[in-house]
Amino acid sequence: MVYSKRVDGRKIDELRPMEAKAGVVKNANGSASFKIGKTWAIAGVYGPREVVPRFMANPRHGILRCHYTMMPFSGSGERIKPGRSRRAQEISMVMEQSLAPVVDLSAFPNSVVDIFVELPQTDAGTRCAAISAACIALADAGIPMKDMISSVAVGQVDGMVVADLNYNEEAYPAIVSDIPVAMLHNTKEITLLQMDGEISKADLIKALELAKVATEKVYQLQVKALKEKYALENNEGKNDSQ
Amino acid sequence: MIVNKETIAELAKENKRLDNRSLTEFRQPILINTNISWTAEGSARVQIGETVVMAGVKLSIEKPYNDTSDEGGIMVNAELSPIASPEFETGPPGIKAVELARVVDRGIREAKAIDLKKLCITPGEKAWFVIVDIIALNDGGNLLDVAGLAALAALKTAKFPVVDPATGAIDYKQKTDKSLPLTKEPLPITIYKVNGVLMVDPTNEEEKAYEARLTVGSDAKGTISALQKGGDVPLSIEEIGKMVDLALEKASFLRKELTKALKM
Amino acid sequence: MSELLVQERNVVVPGEALAKGLDFLPGDNTYREKDQIYSKVLGLVAVSGRVIKIMPLSGPYVPRTEDKIIARVMDITISGWRFETATAYSAMLNVRDATTRFVKKEEDLSQILAIGDYAVVKIINVTSQNLIDLTMKEPGLRKITGGRIISINSQKVPRVIGRQGSMISLIKDKTGCDITVGQNGLIWIKGTPEGELKATQAIKLIEAKSHLEGLTEKMEQFLGESA
Repeated sequence: MVYSKRVDGRKIDELRPMEAKAGVVKNANGSASFKIGKTWAIAGVYGPREVVPRFMANPRHGILRCHYTMMPFSGSGERIKPGRSRRAQEISMVMEQSLAPVVDLSAFPNSVVDIFVELPQTDAGTRCAAISAACIALADAGIPMKDMISSVAVGQVDGMVVADLNYNEEAYPAIVSDIPVAMLHNTKEITLLQMDGEISKADLIKALELAKVATEKVYQLQVKALKEKYALENNEGKNDSQ
Repeated sequence: MIVNKETIAELAKENKRLDNRSLTEFRQPILINTNISWTAEGSARVQIGETVVMAGVKLSIEKPYNDTSDEGGIMVNAELSPIASPEFETGPPGIKAVELARVVDRGIREAKAIDLKKLCITPGEKAWFVIVDIIALNDGGNLLDVAGLAALAALKTAKFPVVDPATGAIDYKQKTDKSLPLTKEPLPITIYKVNGVLMVDPTNEEEKAYEARLTVGSDAKGTISALQKGGDVPLSIEEIGKMVDLALEKASFLRKELTKALKM
Repeated sequence: MSELLVQERNVVVPGEALAKGLDFLPGDNTYREKDQIYSKVLGLVAVSGRVIKIMPLSGPYVPRTEDKIIARVMDITISGWRFETATAYSAMLNVRDATTRFVKKEEDLSQILAIGDYAVVKIINVTSQNLIDLTMKEPGLRKITGGRIISINSQKVPRVIGRQGSMISLIKDKTGCDITVGQNGLIWIKGTPEGELKATQAIKLIEAKSHLEGLTEKMEQFLGESA
């Protein structure tokens, strides 16, 4: 029984419907909402601001700190008890590592840029949605970045290499591999790579090539969210390229 | 906006506010959306002015407490996430969050808004337990009132999940069309005393300028179900009477807004 | 063979390619990689001759010497006051830079500036670690009393001030308010409550629409309306 058609009918490179908006948390310096299928992440950026606790400050450049939180009612089953779970800690850390390579905080020594991501509902691909939202929020805050980071999960379900697995695919009763990936837009270099499941090397490379296409789709949406915020009333300034 | 507290106090004495509202007017817009989270049994997003709060209801089946073996339970929890304000810190709920949660909780519990006996499945063995989680997403002032409204909206629109009759396991992915046994609609309204005058729905700056505040939880009939006084300055009985009157009037206003939103 | 990939006043995102070829020069908020120039921030394209720069649409304030800012006293020390500046960096005002009069050794500094007070101050030194020294001795610098302080993104300050102060003068005239603009995005407005509200709304309007053309006309229209 080979997986030949995706449970929700999507093509192998088709992502779930996405929505993104910049500037959704008024108090934050930058913010964004990013939805992919039923997974929804809201990111708020504060900073550069003073580092607390002080010992974490870096005298050469500012630091990035991510805080990933699933709202107690956002899990697909029982309530999630509030508080820092180990999963949330790990995700916060890989988020930092996926965004730090593009962020330039050299002009802000001894400071921190805090990124808070709250998820009101989830259905697989949560860390990817969090990273994609966080990137929009960082740009919205005017933080210098050499490129945007776009993130989506790729993988294979029973032999079929696919992009953006939903919960049913992650839980499919066969050999599954769920690979969250984050990529720089210009160079397609990878800043987040994790995996749950099993995969052959050949399929892994295939999946990462698919990730180039999949993350590009996320990128288009991130750019749209940022530019829409500053959408002009008449046609002046509209980009005709890209 | 940051202001000298004196300016707010001076304006208040002349019945004026920074944004030209009257002292008893709520900010605009007032936006109430329910069923915003598919994973929650009930949920709402409420925005008043720039204050945004989300609330979600989760249900579970537990063994009732020994002294109330024929009742289910309800609890309200609040998280003032640092995403909502540069003044909120990470970590366990601080005193502001704890007070907010407990005041909203008391308003619902003491009003007996939910008939806990109707939550019982098998006395002494199984009952439904309701937990409301309130998450602040942007603190523009008056979080408590907005949180109370969000909690009520989430409870009103919550539905029981399907329970497998054979195993007794809850299938959270499927909802029944049975609502919670909500008999009352409790709503907290906080009245602030600024420079001797009474004010409703303060912004962050206005909140910093208050002398005393009184949160009044009430139901649609005007019965008071919760009271919480805050602030260093004492209140006279007469002032408290005026504050209660104003709170009941405003609760009625917000209830109408909620009814309007649920009809749409 | 060089090619400009975007137009003046386009909104671009970080990493967006602006130009190809070595004829163009990377200006503020851009960088060159191989033979292309890319944006480093979310902002508007500004081309001046061969230099391409990006005007950020928002962003943190970078403290600079000679900048006038509005800051809040957070601590009083033996030698003066420590201020919060709405940035990651606090600033020090030494007693000798606070006032021209002689301050006695035992004098209670909180009588001059108390914790929580706001003041209009000027930056006289910024170290490599962004530690800031202030002065309050020059004309126009003082403790703030009355009125209201609003906060806008520091990147919008030039637009609020306008060419040779034309925009801020327009707002002052039409609202009858005294307005002091801090380079760090804090603005002190003092006038009648209605005037202050109108000025606040005008400045917020500039913050929201500064990237659009015709801002001056929009502002004249807004301010021309009766309160």
